[in-house]
Amino acid sequence: MGVALSRAVQWDSSGADKLENTPLNKAMLSEILLFTEEFGARHPQEAKLVFREPLQWKTSLEASDFKTEYDISGESVMSQESDKEGRPLLHLTPPDITVYTFHHLSNLLQLSEDKKMKEVQACLAANRDPLKKILGSCSAAVLLEEWEEDELGAEKELEMKLLNNLKELDTKLLNIAVGQITREGRLSPAAVDGEVDQLKSFCGTGESRVLKSVRYTSDYVFSNGCRSPPWRQMDGEICSLIIETCDTEPTLFITCSTTGVFLHEGLIGDVDENSYKTKSNVYQDLVTLLKNKSPHFAQTIIEQAIQEVPSEKFQHMETVDEQETGQTLRSYDRREKNVPEKARQQHVQDKPGARMKKFEPSLKWKNLGLTSSYDKVEVKKAGRSGESKNTLAHGSKSPASDSKKRANFSETSLQGCRSSQKIKTPGGADDFIESSSEGEEDEEQPDRRAETTTDLPNEYWQIQKLVKYLKGANQTATVIVLCSLRDFNLVQETCQLAIRDVGGLEVLINLLDTDEIRCKIGSLKILKEVCCNSQIRRAIVDLGGLQTMVSILDSSDKELKCLAAETIANVAKFRRARRMVRQHGGIKRLVELLNCVPDGASVGAEQERDMEVARCGALALWSCSKSTRNKEAIRRAGGIPLLARLLRSPQKNMLIPAVGTLQECASERSYRIAIQTEGMIKDLVKNLSSDNQELQMHCASAIFKCAEDKQTRDLVRQYNGLKPLVMLLNEAENKQLLAATTGAIWKCSISMENVAKFQEYKALETLVGLLKDQPEEVLVNVVGALGECAQIPENLVTIRKCGGIQPLINLLIGTNQALLVNVTRAVGACATHPENMTIIDGLDAVRLLWSLLKNPNPEVQASAAWAICPCIENAKDAGEMVRSFVGGLELIVKLLKSPNKDVLASVCAAIAKIAKDVENLAVITDHGVVPMLASLTNTMDDKLRRYLAEAIARCCTWGSNCVSFGDAGVVAPLVRYLRSKDPLVHQATARALFQLSKDPRNCITMHEHGVVKPLVDMIGSTDEVLQEAAASCVANIRHLALVYDKARYR
Amino acid sequence: MSAMRRKLIQNLANNMCKQVKHFNTVEVECLIRLFNALLGEQRKVGHGLDRLNFRHILHNTFDMTDRVRTELLFRAFDKDNDSYISVKEWVEGLSLFLRGTLEEKIKYCFDVYDLNGDGYISREEMFHMLKDSLIRQPTEEDPDEGVKDLVDIAVKKMDYDHDGKVSFADFKSTVREENLLLEAFGNCLPHLKRIQSFEQQAFQEPQELH
Repeated sequence: MGVALSRAVQWDSSGADKLENTPLNKAMLSEILLFTEEFGARHPQEAKLVFREPLQWKTSLEASDFKTEYDISGESVMSQESDKEGRPLLHLTPPDITVYTFHHLSNLLQLSEDKKMKEVQACLAANRDPLKKILGSCSAAVLLEEWEEDELGAEKELEMKLLNNLKELDTKLLNIAVGQITREGRLSPAAVDGEVDQLKSFCGTGESRVLKSVRYTSDYVFSNGCRSPPWRQMDGEICSLIIETCDTEPTLFITCSTTGVFLHEGLIGDVDENSYKTKSNVYQDLVTLLKNKSPHFAQTIIEQAIQEVPSEKFQHMETVDEQETGQTLRSYDRREKNVPEKARQQHVQDKPGARMKKFEPSLKWKNLGLTSSYDKVEVKKAGRSGESKNTLAHGSKSPASDSKKRANFSETSLQGCRSSQKIKTPGGADDFIESSSEGEEDEEQPDRRAETTTDLPNEYWQIQKLVKYLKGANQTATVIVLCSLRDFNLVQETCQLAIRDVGGLEVLINLLDTDEIRCKIGSLKILKEVCCNSQIRRAIVDLGGLQTMVSILDSSDKELKCLAAETIANVAKFRRARRMVRQHGGIKRLVELLNCVPDGASVGAEQERDMEVARCGALALWSCSKSTRNKEAIRRAGGIPLLARLLRSPQKNMLIPAVGTLQECASERSYRIAIQTEGMIKDLVKNLSSDNQELQMHCASAIFKCAEDKQTRDLVRQYNGLKPLVMLLNEAENKQLLAATTGAIWKCSISMENVAKFQEYKALETLVGLLKDQPEEVLVNVVGALGECAQIPENLVTIRKCGGIQPLINLLIGTNQALLVNVTRAVGACATHPENMTIIDGLDAVRLLWSLLKNPNPEVQASAAWAICPCIENAKDAGEMVRSFVGGLELIVKLLKSPNKDVLASVCAAIAKIAKDVENLAVITDHGVVPMLASLTNTMDDKLRRYLAEAIARCCTWGSNCVSFGDAGVVAPLVRYLRSKDPLVHQATARALFQLSKDPRNCITMHEHGVVKPLVDMIGSTDEVLQEAAASCVANIRHLALVYDKARYR
Repeated sequence: MSAMRRKLIQNLANNMCKQVKHFNTVEVECLIRLFNALLGEQRKVGHGLDRLNFRHILHNTFDMTDRVRTELLFRAFDKDNDSYISVKEWVEGLSLFLRGTLEEKIKYCFDVYDLNGDGYISREEMFHMLKDSLIRQPTEEDPDEGVKDLVDIAVKKMDYDHDGKVSFADFKSTVREENLLLEAFGNCLPHLKRIQSFEQQAFQEPQELH
């Protein structure tokens, strides 16, 4: 009963508590009624069982309806029996009624006589889950368990029996529900089909037509005659229709179900369950619905006697056939003149409808995800031919509307199929492709095939025909067809997709496997062009084309090798393809292609061809070198010396792929070393002065990547590469070139000698000019270069004089973290000059720097903290300024918890500067700077040690900090710092120890840890600061000893 | 006898070498020897290789088996149309076969394809040459339709002056633009591999003799 009630009974969708007045419901209600009414008599024992919860509803019965069995008092009625708690088993206070047993239920129904049905309905409506109330929330399984445990309590046994009875009812009800669907009721698949056929005969284009078109959304018919998918058949659906009426109203999407026909929302968008929700009232049949929805239909249908239709229909069909054959003949006469027309005509012969049916099942369900593209193509072909048929029918100006009617039908019904296919695509094969793409950098747009169905260009049909010939041609014909294919505009997407959609790629790739060189060449020439489309590339890889191309690289024919390499270069634009090339040994073969001898002097025809092979090889390697593993593979295949040789080639078209590959590979350390040792820097520098911007860009980019290494930087200078780099800064229009050039300048300027050269070439002025209106990748490099140049004091003046500080400060507001790191560094460098600092202070840049301490990137944090140091050092009223940043000091102290060493060092340095101001020192002491610094003392990092010691030295000067440091145990580690090899650490440590030694207990600790010996050594240092600090510290220790001695001997 | 014959052949070779491109004397000599060897007993009949013999050579040496085409090739070799290929025609033919330049090959192929020798490749000639190049679809009502289509495609591609047939000038321009179309209407030049193996075989012996 439960299942039937929750699933089969049709609840009114508007009001929650009403049963719909449908035949199915009626049938089920009467079954329930019968069951309940007879229950008391049939199963007297079970009927006495008290419900866990009472059934309550609003009844129409009145006290007067009840008889002797019940206690009637005024309006209310009570049963004589009551349950354990003393509640009466039936209780009526009109209109509310409460019932506890089946006995009373059946009594009640017998009493209510003609109102029985109403009572049951009301009862079920009020108690949506009666089973739960009767037997409690337990399921059958639970009951069984209890039953076993309780050793058959009498009550339990009764419960079980009742449950069984109810289950029987449930089964009965379900049978009714199912029976309703299968029964030849008012609406059956056959009836609907008949009606649809009838309606179709009303369609047409003439004035007298009643409807524009009628079509099914699916052409596939299941064995039971339904067209709806099975899960919808469950709900009684037979099929869905799309009917276009002659009225202005939009197309009607109609669902026919066993209960009637109704409108639904249509198939727009995804197959959302909502799209099938009932939209209108349920009508008896299609004609009734259409009469209601289409005034035009209603009117015309009265004029034409519907009864006449069946006989008329046959006539229609006959004329159609005649018409069609006539047309076929006619167009065959025209064949010679109009080729595409003919192609279409052929497809008219293919009987698209029949074909569709054949393919439909597999598409529809069986293998949603596995539908091969070939099938799709087939189906689409059929679909298109349907369309073409339509066009043809219109084009031939046939006066008879009948043929059009047919054409219309075939087109529209196929469109329906296509749309259902479209819906499926996102979840199907394409998704799979997408997921396997592993987030490629290149392309990967979703397949747009589905959208291109509307208007197929002429080229499509021509290409389709050519590919058809290609499939059955010997080599002679193949070559002719291939050459003809090449005459299409293959860079145009329509042609590319057409080739793919008609299965041309398969054929072209198969041709690569033949022995015919000319066929291979012809095929590659086409593939090379079409694979500029990402979808085509993907398809080629999926069809295994890359493997074949790689094996062609072994061919003895040079033209073939070239084409294969070029095609590989074009295909290997995404990761999977590049991996494929490597895995099939392509890298090694491509590297071998590079092995030509470009002497330059003797350029014979043969040599020229060798060069071309090498060039194509380099192009392919360039594409492949975007994957790290491939870089390694190229190196192992011995590609570097060969590339180095190509680099000396005089031809630009050879140089670009060679430098491009090198530039790409220079991200690997092994390449950078090789570029340096193989003497390629010289050639790279030479080509900086080329007149080809692409070449210049790649050279600059290679230098950019290589110049991290000091020797490389020096080499660039030695080969006079700095001047051409500075010259290239003037090419401000080409942003890629500019980014590469500024990058190279940045890295080169890490060497001070290079900076001197840049000064000489007035590079700084140009660089400052580039601080505005440039893309970020340029800005990062420009600012980086300025930051490096600013390490030389004279340049600080230059930057200021060119007005470089303001634009630099403006960049502090950015979000690009690489840029922020460089900007803060540059600003920090600028702040070392007092005059610059005035400007920086005036622009409130320190506040901006300080806020960058909040940046999540530790590099930015550190860089900002480093920049803050000179600012505090050189600003006037630095203490006041720092205090003006609300929460600033707390923020910086908190950064001492950072896990990043560089951040810690920079913050220590900044704290050392901040602590110069006593008030600020007091504040940071309050923020707990002492224990935090103390906790860092165990570090082994010399840089951190140095700044930490400095910070400790500064912080000792406030209050009891000196003692606190001693208590926190910083002395012993600090003494150990003296053993570090870095003299800068020594100096800072000595100063810190001197400050700490002002507390006698610290002196004792120091002495215990053997501080005297190293300190005495340091007194002999050449560093005066160190000398003084060490000496003062020793003096303090000595002083303590003297005081102690004096106290003892006194 | 061999000394005299050798002398004779050498003289012939020397003479011929001046007229035939691409071969040096030694190579010409080798080819003459080969010619004589192929001729075998027929030598006394005098004129040279006949059709059967030639077809045999094409079949075995150059792997060209198509009967119609070998006939065409024979006609191209046999310049004086006496149904025999003389020594001179043999060497000249091979010169093109093995080492012809593109221009020479264009001329040669055109001659082969111009079946009636009227200086044009007509649609009918194309149809004749292409008729077996497509797999017949049994379903099609006109089995020749595909071939006709193919002829259309070829004419469209090659007919530069739009007179409906392909002249030598048309053919030349086409091939210059697209080398693949040199043998547009059927294979009439040997494979690179075959050439290499033939040359190796034919020119090897004398070097051993030296």
